[in-house]
Amino acid sequence: MNKNLLAASAATLAMALTVASCGNASDPKLNQTGATPDLPQVNETLVPAMKISPPAGWNGETPTVPAGFTVSAFATDLKIPRQMLVLPNGDVLIAEGRGGHAPPLRPKDVIAGVIKKQGNTKIKGGNRITLLRDANNDGIPELRTVLVENLDAPYGLAYVDGSLYVAEQGALVRFAFQPGQTGIATPAERVTELPSRINHHWTKSLTVSADGTKLYVGIGSNSNVGERGMAAEEERAVVWEIDRATGARRTIATGIRNPTALAIEPTTSLLWSVVNERDELGPQLVPDYLTQVKDGAFYGWPYSYWGQNRDPRVMPQNPEMVAKAIAPDYALGSHVAALGIDFARNGGFGGSFANGAFIGMHGSWNRQDPSGYKVAWVPFNGGRPAGPPVDFATGFLKNGEARGRPVGVAFDPNKRVLLVADDLSNTVWRIAPTQ
Amino acid sequence: MSTHGLSGAVIRPLHGLLLAFPIALFTFALFTDIAYLRTAEIQWTNFSAWLITGALVFGGLAGVFSIVDFVFGRSRRALIHLVALALAWVLGLVNAFKHSQDAWSSVGAFGVILSILCTILVLVAGWTAYAARESVR
Repeated sequence: MNKNLLAASAATLAMALTVASCGNASDPKLNQTGATPDLPQVNETLVPAMKISPPAGWNGETPTVPAGFTVSAFATDLKIPRQMLVLPNGDVLIAEGRGGHAPPLRPKDVIAGVIKKQGNTKIKGGNRITLLRDANNDGIPELRTVLVENLDAPYGLAYVDGSLYVAEQGALVRFAFQPGQTGIATPAERVTELPSRINHHWTKSLTVSADGTKLYVGIGSNSNVGERGMAAEEERAVVWEIDRATGARRTIATGIRNPTALAIEPTTSLLWSVVNERDELGPQLVPDYLTQVKDGAFYGWPYSYWGQNRDPRVMPQNPEMVAKAIAPDYALGSHVAALGIDFARNGGFGGSFANGAFIGMHGSWNRQDPSGYKVAWVPFNGGRPAGPPVDFATGFLKNGEARGRPVGVAFDPNKRVLLVADDLSNTVWRIAPTQ
Repeated sequence: MSTHGLSGAVIRPLHGLLLAFPIALFTFALFTDIAYLRTAEIQWTNFSAWLITGALVFGGLAGVFSIVDFVFGRSRRALIHLVALALAWVLGLVNAFKHSQDAWSSVGAFGVILSILCTILVLVAGWTAYAARESVR
Protein backbone atom coordinates (compact mmCIF):
# COMPACT_ATOMS: atom_id res chain seq x y z
CA MET A 1 0.00 0.00 0.00
CA ASN A 2 2.69 2.43 1.05
CA LYS A 3 4.77 1.44 -1.97
CA ASN A 4 1.86 2.06 -4.33
CA LEU A 5 1.28 5.48 -2.86
CA LEU A 6 4.95 6.35 -3.20
CA ALA A 7 5.08 5.09 -6.78
CA ALA A 8 1.94 7.02 -7.74
CA SER A 9 3.26 10.22 -6.25
CA ALA A 10 6.65 9.77 -7.91
CA ALA A 11 4.91 9.38 -11.28
CA THR A 12 2.91 12.57 -10.66
CA LEU A 13 6.06 14.45 -9.75
CA ALA A 14 7.78 13.29 -12.93
CA MET A 15 4.81 14.39 -15.02
CA ALA A 16 4.69 17.78 -13.36
CA LEU A 17 8.38 18.34 -13.97
CA THR A 18 8.03 17.37 -17.64
CA VAL A 19 5.25 19.91 -18.05
CA ALA A 20 7.51 22.51 -16.49
CA SER A 21 10.43 21.93 -18.83
CA CYS A 22 11.73 24.45 -21.33
CA GLY A 23 10.37 25.45 -24.71
CA ASN A 24 11.07 24.37 -28.25
CA ALA A 25 14.00 25.30 -30.42
CA SER A 26 13.34 27.56 -33.34
CA ASP A 27 12.70 26.26 -36.86
CA PRO A 28 15.40 27.43 -39.27
CA LYS A 29 13.08 26.86 -42.23
CA LEU A 30 10.86 29.78 -41.24
CA ASN A 31 11.68 33.02 -43.03
CA GLN A 32 11.25 35.71 -40.42
CA THR A 33 12.38 38.72 -42.41
CA GLY A 34 10.76 40.90 -45.05
CA ALA A 35 7.24 42.09 -45.66
CA THR A 36 5.45 38.79 -44.95
CA PRO A 37 7.36 36.84 -42.30
CA ASP A 38 6.42 33.26 -41.44
CA LEU A 39 4.68 33.33 -38.07
CA PRO A 40 4.49 30.05 -36.14
CA GLN A 41 1.78 29.17 -33.61
CA VAL A 42 1.96 30.79 -30.20
CA ASN A 43 4.19 28.63 -28.01
CA GLU A 44 4.11 29.80 -24.41
CA THR A 45 6.33 27.80 -22.07
CA LEU A 46 6.22 27.56 -18.30
CA VAL A 47 9.92 28.22 -17.98
CA PRO A 48 10.68 31.14 -20.29
CA ALA A 49 13.64 30.45 -22.53
CA MET A 50 16.56 32.57 -21.39
CA LYS A 51 19.95 32.26 -23.01
CA ILE A 52 22.47 34.84 -21.95
CA SER A 53 25.54 35.02 -24.14
CA PRO A 54 28.25 35.60 -21.53
CA PRO A 55 30.39 38.67 -22.22
CA ALA A 56 33.91 38.11 -23.50
CA GLY A 57 36.54 40.60 -24.59
CA TRP A 58 37.52 41.31 -28.22
CA ASN A 59 41.18 40.54 -27.35
CA GLY A 60 42.45 42.69 -30.19
CA GLU A 61 40.02 41.25 -32.73
CA THR A 62 37.34 43.31 -34.47
CA PRO A 63 33.91 42.74 -35.99
CA THR A 64 33.72 41.11 -39.41
CA VAL A 65 32.81 43.43 -42.30
CA PRO A 66 32.25 42.79 -46.03
CA ALA A 67 35.16 42.58 -48.47
CA GLY A 68 36.32 46.04 -49.45
CA PHE A 69 35.68 47.48 -46.00
CA THR A 70 37.87 48.03 -43.00
CA VAL A 71 36.83 48.25 -39.36
CA SER A 72 38.58 49.79 -36.38
CA ALA A 73 37.81 50.99 -32.88
CA PHE A 74 36.99 54.69 -33.18
CA ALA A 75 36.59 55.20 -29.44
CA THR A 76 36.96 52.85 -26.48
CA ASP A 77 36.35 53.03 -22.73
CA LEU A 78 33.05 54.79 -23.17
CA LYS A 79 30.33 54.53 -20.53
CA ILE A 80 27.53 52.61 -22.23
CA PRO A 81 27.33 54.27 -25.68
CA ARG A 82 23.82 54.12 -27.18
CA GLN A 83 22.77 56.47 -29.95
CA MET A 84 25.05 58.72 -31.99
CA LEU A 85 24.70 61.80 -34.14
CA VAL A 86 26.96 63.10 -36.89
CA LEU A 87 26.85 66.91 -36.86
CA PRO A 88 26.95 69.03 -40.05
CA ASN A 89 30.67 69.74 -39.44
CA GLY A 90 31.46 66.02 -39.09
CA ASP A 91 31.84 65.94 -35.30
CA VAL A 92 30.30 62.86 -33.71
CA LEU A 93 28.15 62.95 -30.58
CA ILE A 94 27.64 59.83 -28.47
CA ALA A 95 24.90 59.55 -25.84
CA GLU A 96 26.04 57.39 -22.94
CA GLY A 97 23.96 56.06 -20.09
CA ARG A 98 21.48 53.58 -18.73
CA GLY A 99 18.05 54.40 -17.38
CA GLY A 100 14.95 52.70 -16.09
CA HIS A 101 13.66 52.47 -12.57
CA ALA A 102 10.95 49.85 -12.89
CA PRO A 103 10.46 48.23 -9.48
CA PRO A 104 10.24 44.42 -9.44
CA LEU A 105 6.56 43.52 -9.17
CA ARG A 106 6.80 39.76 -9.04
CA PRO A 107 9.42 37.15 -8.05
CA LYS A 108 10.00 36.74 -11.80
CA ASP A 109 11.20 40.35 -12.12
CA VAL A 110 13.80 39.80 -9.40
CA ILE A 111 15.11 36.59 -10.99
CA ALA A 112 15.03 37.85 -14.59
CA GLY A 113 16.85 41.03 -13.51
CA VAL A 114 19.72 39.02 -12.05
CA ILE A 115 19.96 36.82 -15.16
CA LYS A 116 19.82 39.67 -17.70
CA LYS A 117 22.54 41.51 -15.81
CA GLN A 118 24.95 38.70 -16.71
CA GLY A 119 24.75 39.72 -20.38
CA ASN A 120 25.45 43.43 -19.88
CA THR A 121 28.45 45.59 -19.16
CA LYS A 122 29.42 46.11 -15.51
CA ILE A 123 30.31 49.76 -16.24
CA LYS A 124 28.06 52.46 -14.81
CA GLY A 125 26.33 54.60 -17.44
CA GLY A 126 28.00 57.94 -18.18
CA ASN A 127 24.83 60.08 -18.31
CA ARG A 128 26.75 62.35 -20.64
CA ILE A 129 27.42 63.15 -24.27
CA THR A 130 30.91 62.62 -25.61
CA LEU A 131 32.15 64.54 -28.68
CA LEU A 132 34.65 63.00 -31.11
CA ARG A 133 36.37 64.91 -33.91
CA ASP A 134 38.19 63.19 -36.74
CA ALA A 135 38.47 66.03 -39.24
CA ASN A 136 41.09 64.34 -41.43
CA ASN A 137 39.05 61.10 -41.52
CA ASP A 138 41.99 58.85 -40.68
CA GLY A 139 39.91 56.89 -38.19
CA ILE A 140 41.73 58.34 -35.17
CA PRO A 141 39.89 61.22 -33.47
CA GLU A 142 42.13 64.22 -32.83
CA LEU A 143 39.75 65.40 -30.17
CA ARG A 144 37.70 63.59 -27.57
CA THR A 145 35.82 65.56 -24.97
CA VAL A 146 32.74 65.40 -22.80
CA LEU A 147 30.32 67.87 -24.36
CA VAL A 148 27.79 67.83 -21.54
CA GLU A 149 27.34 65.68 -18.44
CA ASN A 150 24.95 65.07 -15.52
CA LEU A 151 22.17 64.14 -17.89
CA ASP A 152 19.41 61.67 -17.00
CA ALA A 153 19.96 58.62 -19.22
CA PRO A 154 20.35 60.49 -22.54
CA TYR A 155 19.46 58.42 -25.61
CA GLY A 156 17.96 60.11 -28.69
CA LEU A 157 19.92 62.99 -30.27
CA ALA A 158 18.99 65.54 -32.93
CA TYR A 159 20.53 68.75 -34.18
CA VAL A 160 18.76 71.47 -36.10
CA ASP A 161 19.59 75.10 -36.66
CA GLY A 162 21.49 76.09 -33.52
CA SER A 163 19.66 73.65 -31.26
CA LEU A 164 20.91 70.33 -29.92
CA TYR A 165 18.01 68.19 -28.68
CA VAL A 166 18.58 65.36 -26.23
CA ALA A 167 15.89 62.85 -25.30
CA GLU A 168 16.56 61.92 -21.70
CA GLN A 169 14.54 59.14 -20.08
CA GLY A 170 12.08 61.64 -18.60
CA ALA A 171 12.32 64.82 -20.67
CA LEU A 172 13.21 66.25 -24.03
CA VAL A 173 15.77 69.00 -23.47
CA ARG A 174 17.38 71.58 -25.76
CA PHE A 175 20.82 73.14 -25.64
CA ALA A 176 21.82 76.23 -27.61
CA PHE A 177 24.65 74.81 -29.67
CA GLN A 178 26.65 75.48 -32.82
CA PRO A 179 28.65 72.74 -34.55
CA GLY A 180 32.30 73.30 -33.75
CA GLN A 181 31.56 73.92 -30.08
CA THR A 182 33.36 71.43 -27.85
CA GLY A 183 31.61 72.23 -24.60
CA ILE A 184 28.21 73.38 -23.42
CA ALA A 185 28.06 75.78 -20.51
CA THR A 186 24.50 76.97 -20.84
CA PRO A 187 21.86 75.04 -18.91
CA ALA A 188 19.42 72.68 -20.59
CA GLU A 189 16.06 74.11 -21.54
CA ARG A 190 13.19 71.66 -21.04
CA VAL A 191 11.14 71.30 -24.22
CA THR A 192 8.67 68.83 -22.78
CA GLU A 193 8.37 66.14 -20.17
CA LEU A 194 8.30 62.59 -21.49
CA PRO A 195 6.36 59.72 -19.89
CA SER A 196 8.72 58.23 -17.32
CA ARG A 197 6.67 56.60 -14.58
CA ILE A 198 8.04 53.05 -14.05
CA ASN A 199 9.96 53.32 -17.38
CA HIS A 200 10.07 49.58 -18.12
CA HIS A 201 11.33 50.59 -21.58
CA TRP A 202 13.20 53.77 -20.72
CA THR A 203 14.91 54.69 -23.99
CA LYS A 204 13.46 57.74 -25.75
CA SER A 205 14.40 57.82 -29.40
CA LEU A 206 14.53 61.07 -31.33
CA THR A 207 14.89 62.49 -34.80
CA VAL A 208 14.01 65.65 -36.67
CA SER A 209 11.91 66.01 -39.83
CA ALA A 210 13.65 66.74 -43.12
CA ASP A 211 12.44 70.36 -43.10
CA GLY A 212 13.57 70.85 -39.51
CA THR A 213 10.17 71.95 -38.19
CA LYS A 214 9.13 68.80 -36.32
CA LEU A 215 10.77 66.56 -33.74
CA TYR A 216 9.76 62.92 -33.41
CA VAL A 217 10.08 61.06 -30.11
CA GLY A 218 9.68 57.29 -29.75
CA ILE A 219 8.29 56.18 -26.37
CA GLY A 220 8.36 52.47 -25.49
CA SER A 221 5.69 50.48 -23.66
CA ASN A 222 5.76 50.13 -19.88
CA SER A 223 5.62 46.32 -19.93
CA ASN A 224 6.04 43.30 -22.14
CA VAL A 225 2.35 42.93 -22.87
CA GLY A 226 0.35 44.95 -20.35
CA GLU A 227 1.31 42.97 -17.23
CA ARG A 228 1.75 46.18 -15.24
CA GLY A 229 -1.86 47.10 -15.92
CA MET A 230 -3.14 49.27 -18.76
CA ALA A 231 -3.21 52.38 -16.56
CA ALA A 232 0.61 52.36 -16.72
CA GLU A 233 0.43 52.44 -20.52
CA GLU A 234 -0.97 55.92 -21.03
CA GLU A 235 1.06 57.59 -23.80
CA ARG A 236 3.34 54.57 -23.97
CA ALA A 237 4.15 52.53 -27.09
CA VAL A 238 3.68 55.69 -29.16
CA VAL A 239 5.54 58.12 -31.39
CA TRP A 240 5.10 61.80 -30.66
CA GLU A 241 5.46 64.66 -33.09
CA ILE A 242 6.53 67.92 -31.46
CA ASP A 243 6.34 71.23 -33.29
CA ARG A 244 9.67 73.02 -32.77
CA ALA A 245 8.18 76.49 -32.98
CA THR A 246 5.20 76.07 -30.66
CA GLY A 247 6.13 73.03 -28.59
CA ALA A 248 2.72 71.50 -29.35
CA ARG A 249 2.74 67.74 -29.43
CA ARG A 250 0.61 65.18 -31.19
CA THR A 251 0.63 61.39 -30.95
CA ILE A 252 1.09 60.16 -34.52
CA ALA A 253 1.36 56.39 -34.00
CA THR A 254 0.13 54.07 -31.27
CA GLY A 255 0.48 50.39 -30.39
CA ILE A 256 4.11 50.60 -31.56
CA ARG A 257 5.62 48.58 -28.70
CA ASN A 258 9.15 49.90 -28.42
CA PRO A 259 10.29 52.30 -31.16
CA THR A 260 13.97 52.26 -30.22
CA ALA A 261 15.37 54.37 -33.05
CA LEU A 262 13.92 56.78 -35.60
CA ALA A 263 15.29 58.05 -38.91
CA ILE A 264 14.13 59.97 -41.97
CA GLU A 265 14.28 58.10 -45.29
CA PRO A 266 16.27 60.51 -47.52
CA THR A 267 14.47 60.06 -50.86
CA THR A 268 10.92 60.45 -49.50
CA SER A 269 11.57 62.41 -46.27
CA LEU A 270 9.25 59.94 -44.49
CA LEU A 271 9.73 58.84 -40.88
CA TRP A 272 10.89 55.25 -40.24
CA SER A 273 11.48 53.35 -37.02
CA VAL A 274 12.92 50.09 -35.80
CA VAL A 275 10.60 48.54 -33.23
CA ASN A 276 11.08 45.77 -30.67
CA GLU A 277 8.17 43.40 -30.34
CA ARG A 278 6.86 41.31 -27.45
CA ASP A 279 8.43 38.29 -25.74
CA GLU A 280 7.36 34.93 -24.33
CA LEU A 281 5.21 33.72 -27.22
CA GLY A 282 8.00 31.44 -28.44
CA PRO A 283 11.46 31.70 -30.00
CA GLN A 284 10.02 32.89 -33.33
CA LEU A 285 7.37 35.30 -32.11
CA VAL A 286 7.14 38.15 -32.52
CA PRO A 287 9.54 39.49 -35.20
CA ASP A 288 11.04 42.88 -34.42
CA TYR A 289 10.40 45.20 -37.31
CA LEU A 290 11.32 48.15 -39.47
CA THR A 291 8.41 50.32 -40.51
CA GLN A 292 7.45 53.62 -41.92
CA VAL A 293 5.64 55.39 -39.07
CA LYS A 294 2.32 56.19 -40.69
CA ASP A 295 0.35 59.11 -39.30
CA GLY A 296 -2.61 57.81 -37.29
CA ALA A 297 -1.54 54.17 -37.49
CA PHE A 298 -2.16 51.64 -34.70
CA TYR A 299 0.40 48.81 -34.79
CA GLY A 300 -1.45 46.40 -32.51
CA TRP A 301 0.33 46.41 -29.16
CA PRO A 302 -0.74 44.96 -26.81
CA TYR A 303 -3.88 43.45 -28.32
CA SER A 304 -2.38 41.96 -31.45
CA TYR A 305 0.93 41.47 -33.24
CA TRP A 306 2.03 41.73 -36.86
CA GLY A 307 -1.27 43.20 -37.85
CA GLN A 308 -4.26 41.38 -36.44
CA ASN A 309 -2.76 38.26 -34.82
CA ARG A 310 -4.48 38.31 -31.45
CA ASP A 311 -2.30 38.05 -28.33
CA PRO A 312 -4.12 35.65 -25.97
CA ARG A 313 -2.52 37.17 -22.87
CA VAL A 314 -4.28 40.52 -22.99
CA MET A 315 -7.50 40.62 -20.98
CA PRO A 316 -9.95 42.16 -21.48
CA GLN A 317 -9.42 41.67 -25.17
CA ASN A 318 -10.23 44.46 -27.55
CA PRO A 319 -11.55 43.24 -30.92
CA GLU A 320 -12.26 46.80 -32.11
CA MET A 321 -8.62 47.76 -31.65
CA VAL A 322 -7.41 44.50 -33.22
CA ALA A 323 -9.55 45.31 -36.26
CA LYS A 324 -7.74 48.65 -36.57
CA ALA A 325 -4.23 47.23 -36.30
CA ILE A 326 -2.03 47.44 -39.37
CA ALA A 327 0.95 45.23 -40.14
CA PRO A 328 4.37 46.89 -40.15
CA ASP A 329 6.43 47.12 -43.35
CA TYR A 330 9.36 44.80 -42.85
CA ALA A 331 10.28 42.07 -40.33
CA LEU A 332 13.85 41.93 -39.04
CA GLY A 333 13.68 38.60 -37.18
CA SER A 334 12.39 37.53 -33.77
CA HIS A 335 14.14 38.80 -30.64
CA VAL A 336 17.01 40.41 -32.62
CA ALA A 337 16.49 43.57 -30.51
CA ALA A 338 16.94 46.19 -33.23
CA LEU A 339 18.15 49.34 -31.46
CA GLY A 340 19.70 51.37 -34.25
CA ILE A 341 18.79 52.68 -37.68
CA ASP A 342 20.39 55.08 -40.09
CA PHE A 343 19.94 55.49 -43.81
CA ALA A 344 22.73 55.62 -46.35
CA ARG A 345 22.69 59.05 -47.99
CA ASN A 346 24.35 60.70 -50.97
CA GLY A 347 25.06 57.35 -52.62
CA GLY A 348 26.03 55.58 -49.38
CA PHE A 349 28.99 53.27 -49.87
CA GLY A 350 28.05 52.74 -53.54
CA GLY A 351 27.55 49.32 -55.14
CA SER A 352 25.09 47.17 -53.22
CA PHE A 353 25.27 49.52 -50.21
CA ALA A 354 24.10 52.67 -52.00
CA ASN A 355 20.45 52.90 -51.07
CA GLY A 356 19.08 51.43 -47.83
CA ALA A 357 19.25 51.33 -44.07
CA PHE A 358 21.80 50.07 -41.59
CA ILE A 359 20.19 48.35 -38.60
CA GLY A 360 21.98 47.76 -35.28
CA MET A 361 20.81 44.55 -33.57
CA HIS A 362 21.62 44.27 -29.87
CA GLY A 363 20.89 40.53 -29.82
CA SER A 364 18.51 38.18 -28.05
CA TRP A 365 18.47 36.99 -24.47
CA ASN A 366 15.20 35.10 -24.48
CA ARG A 367 15.54 32.26 -26.94
CA GLN A 368 17.82 29.23 -26.95
CA ASP A 369 19.52 29.99 -30.28
CA PRO A 370 20.76 33.59 -30.16
CA SER A 371 19.59 35.99 -32.87
CA GLY A 372 20.75 39.50 -33.74
CA TYR A 373 24.21 40.49 -32.46
CA LYS A 374 25.06 42.17 -35.76
CA VAL A 375 24.57 45.16 -38.01
CA ALA A 376 22.28 44.35 -40.93
CA TRP A 377 21.72 46.21 -44.19
CA VAL A 378 18.21 46.49 -45.64
CA PRO A 379 18.31 47.58 -49.28
CA PHE A 380 15.74 50.22 -50.33
CA ASN A 381 14.35 51.19 -53.68
CA GLY A 382 11.96 54.07 -54.26
CA GLY A 383 11.85 54.73 -50.53
CA ARG A 384 10.71 51.18 -49.67
CA PRO A 385 12.61 48.06 -48.54
CA ALA A 386 13.59 46.03 -51.58
CA GLY A 387 15.01 42.63 -50.83
CA PRO A 388 16.17 40.50 -47.92
CA PRO A 389 18.47 41.91 -45.23
CA VAL A 390 22.22 41.40 -45.62
CA ASP A 391 24.76 41.03 -42.83
CA PHE A 392 26.98 44.10 -42.75
CA ALA A 393 28.93 43.69 -39.52
CA THR A 394 29.07 40.38 -37.65
CA GLY A 395 31.37 38.59 -35.22
CA PHE A 396 29.81 40.20 -32.16
CA LEU A 397 28.99 36.67 -31.04
CA LYS A 398 31.77 34.08 -31.07
CA ASN A 399 31.52 30.52 -29.72
CA GLY A 400 28.38 31.47 -27.81
CA GLU A 401 30.08 34.39 -26.07
CA ALA A 402 29.15 38.00 -26.73
CA ARG A 403 32.11 40.23 -27.50
CA GLY A 404 29.93 43.20 -28.32
CA ARG A 405 26.31 44.24 -28.69
CA PRO A 406 25.46 46.81 -31.38
CA VAL A 407 23.14 49.67 -30.49
CA GLY A 408 23.03 52.91 -32.49
CA VAL A 409 24.39 53.22 -36.01
CA ALA A 410 25.30 56.50 -37.74
CA PHE A 411 26.21 56.97 -41.38
CA ASP A 412 28.36 59.98 -42.27
CA PRO A 413 27.64 60.74 -45.95
CA ASN A 414 30.52 63.18 -46.28
CA LYS A 415 33.25 60.94 -44.92
CA ARG A 416 31.50 57.74 -46.14
CA VAL A 417 31.85 56.07 -42.77
CA LEU A 418 29.47 53.98 -40.68
CA LEU A 419 29.79 54.22 -36.91
CA VAL A 420 28.43 51.47 -34.67
CA ALA A 421 27.98 51.93 -30.92
CA ASP A 422 28.70 48.75 -28.92
CA ASP A 423 27.39 49.00 -25.36
CA LEU A 424 28.96 45.75 -24.14
CA SER A 425 32.60 46.48 -24.98
CA ASN A 426 31.89 50.23 -24.61
CA THR A 427 33.37 50.89 -28.02
CA VAL A 428 32.36 52.84 -31.11
CA TRP A 429 33.39 50.94 -34.24
CA ARG A 430 34.21 52.74 -37.47
CA ILE A 431 33.55 50.94 -40.75
CA ALA A 432 34.88 52.53 -43.93
CA PRO A 433 35.69 51.43 -47.48
CA THR A 434 39.27 50.22 -47.82
CA GLN A 435 41.34 53.01 -49.38
CA MET B 1 16.45 17.23 27.83
CA SER B 2 15.37 13.90 26.43
CA THR B 3 14.81 13.37 22.72
CA HIS B 4 11.10 13.20 23.38
CA GLY B 5 11.26 16.47 25.34
CA LEU B 6 13.20 18.24 22.57
CA SER B 7 10.73 16.97 20.04
CA GLY B 8 7.78 18.19 22.06
CA ALA B 9 9.28 21.56 23.03
CA VAL B 10 10.94 22.62 19.78
CA ILE B 11 10.63 20.38 16.76
CA ARG B 12 6.89 19.79 16.76
CA PRO B 13 5.89 23.42 17.35
CA LEU B 14 8.40 24.55 14.72
CA HIS B 15 7.08 22.01 12.23
CA GLY B 16 3.54 23.15 12.95
CA LEU B 17 4.39 26.83 12.54
CA LEU B 18 6.21 26.27 9.27
CA LEU B 19 3.38 24.12 7.95
CA ALA B 20 0.87 26.86 8.74
CA PHE B 21 2.42 29.09 6.06
CA PRO B 22 1.83 26.94 2.96
CA ILE B 23 -1.65 26.10 4.26
CA ALA B 24 -2.56 29.79 4.46
CA LEU B 25 -0.56 30.98 1.45
CA PHE B 26 -1.64 28.34 -1.08
CA THR B 27 -5.24 28.87 0.03
CA PHE B 28 -4.98 32.64 -0.33
CA ALA B 29 -3.35 32.26 -3.74
CA LEU B 30 -6.46 30.37 -4.81
CA PHE B 31 -8.59 33.32 -3.67
CA THR B 32 -6.39 35.90 -5.42
CA ASP B 33 -6.35 33.78 -8.60
CA ILE B 34 -10.14 33.72 -8.59
CA ALA B 35 -10.19 37.46 -7.95
CA TYR B 36 -7.89 37.99 -10.95
CA LEU B 37 -9.97 35.81 -13.24
CA ARG B 38 -13.10 37.69 -12.19
CA THR B 39 -11.70 41.22 -12.46
CA ALA B 40 -8.61 41.07 -14.77
CA GLU B 41 -7.06 43.44 -12.22
CA ILE B 42 -3.33 42.75 -12.55
CA GLN B 43 -2.49 43.29 -8.90
CA TRP B 44 -4.37 40.10 -7.91
CA THR B 45 -2.09 37.90 -9.98
CA ASN B 46 0.94 39.74 -8.57
CA PHE B 47 -0.34 38.80 -5.10
CA SER B 48 -0.77 35.19 -6.22
CA ALA B 49 2.82 35.03 -7.49
CA TRP B 50 4.23 36.17 -4.13
CA LEU B 51 1.84 33.98 -2.10
CA ILE B 52 2.86 30.90 -4.07
CA THR B 53 6.54 31.78 -3.70
CA GLY B 54 6.09 32.17 0.05
CA ALA B 55 4.24 28.85 0.22
CA LEU B 56 7.15 27.15 -1.58
CA VAL B 57 9.78 28.62 0.76
CA PHE B 58 8.00 27.73 4.00
CA GLY B 59 6.49 24.53 2.59
CA GLY B 60 9.97 23.39 1.63
CA LEU B 61 11.27 23.99 5.16
CA ALA B 62 8.25 22.23 6.65
CA GLY B 63 8.90 19.35 4.24
CA VAL B 64 12.33 18.73 5.76
CA PHE B 65 10.63 18.13 9.11
CA SER B 66 8.01 15.96 7.43
CA ILE B 67 10.68 13.76 5.84
CA VAL B 68 12.43 13.33 9.18
CA ASP B 69 9.07 12.55 10.78
CA PHE B 70 8.34 9.85 8.25
CA VAL B 71 11.83 8.32 8.37
CA PHE B 72 11.74 8.01 12.16
CA GLY B 73 8.05 7.33 12.59
CA ARG B 74 7.27 5.19 9.52
CA SER B 75 3.56 5.72 10.17
CA ARG B 76 0.98 5.65 7.39
CA ARG B 77 -0.25 9.07 8.47
CA ALA B 78 3.24 10.54 8.22
CA LEU B 79 3.50 9.08 4.73
CA ILE B 80 0.17 10.49 3.56
CA HIS B 81 1.16 13.83 5.03
CA LEU B 82 4.54 13.77 3.31
CA VAL B 83 3.16 12.72 -0.06
CA ALA B 84 0.41 15.36 0.04
CA LEU B 85 2.87 18.08 1.00
CA ALA B 86 5.41 17.00 -1.62
CA LEU B 87 2.76 16.97 -4.36
CA ALA B 88 1.49 20.37 -3.25
CA TRP B 89 5.06 21.66 -3.38
CA VAL B 90 5.83 20.33 -6.86
CA LEU B 91 2.51 21.49 -8.31
CA GLY B 92 3.12 24.80 -6.53
CA LEU B 93 6.50 25.07 -8.26
CA VAL B 94 4.84 24.49 -11.62
CA ASN B 95 2.27 27.08 -10.64
CA ALA B 96 5.01 29.57 -9.71
CA PHE B 97 6.33 29.28 -13.27
CA LYS B 98 2.80 29.54 -14.61
CA HIS B 99 2.36 32.73 -12.62
CA SER B 100 5.58 34.11 -14.10
CA GLN B 101 3.91 34.32 -17.50
CA ASP B 102 2.50 37.69 -18.43
CA ALA B 103 -1.01 39.09 -17.97
CA TRP B 104 -3.86 36.59 -18.47
CA SER B 105 -1.44 33.70 -19.07
CA SER B 106 -0.15 34.15 -15.51
CA VAL B 107 -3.29 32.41 -14.25
CA GLY B 108 -5.74 31.16 -16.87
CA ALA B 109 -7.52 27.82 -16.46
CA PHE B 110 -4.30 25.88 -15.84
CA GLY B 111 -3.12 28.24 -13.10
CA VAL B 112 -6.35 28.19 -11.15
CA ILE B 113 -6.58 24.37 -11.46
CA LEU B 114 -3.08 24.12 -10.02
CA SER B 115 -4.08 26.49 -7.22
CA ILE B 116 -7.13 24.33 -6.42
CA LEU B 117 -4.99 21.17 -6.35
CA CYS B 118 -2.32 22.82 -4.20
CA THR B 119 -4.96 24.03 -1.76
CA ILE B 120 -6.61 20.60 -1.45
CA LEU B 121 -3.26 18.82 -1.07
CA VAL B 122 -1.89 21.24 1.49
CA LEU B 123 -5.13 21.00 3.49
CA VAL B 124 -4.77 17.20 3.46
CA ALA B 125 -1.14 17.57 4.52
CA GLY B 126 -2.12 19.90 7.34
CA TRP B 127 -5.03 17.76 8.44
CA THR B 128 -2.95 14.59 8.67
CA ALA B 129 -0.10 16.37 10.44
CA TYR B 130 -2.26 18.02 13.08
CA ALA B 131 -4.43 14.92 13.55
CA ALA B 132 -1.25 12.88 14.09
CA ARG B 133 -0.13 15.37 16.69
CA GLU B 134 -3.30 14.90 18.70
CA SER B 135 -2.99 11.11 18.55
CA VAL B 136 0.58 11.29 19.86
CA ARG B 137 -0.63 12.74 23.14
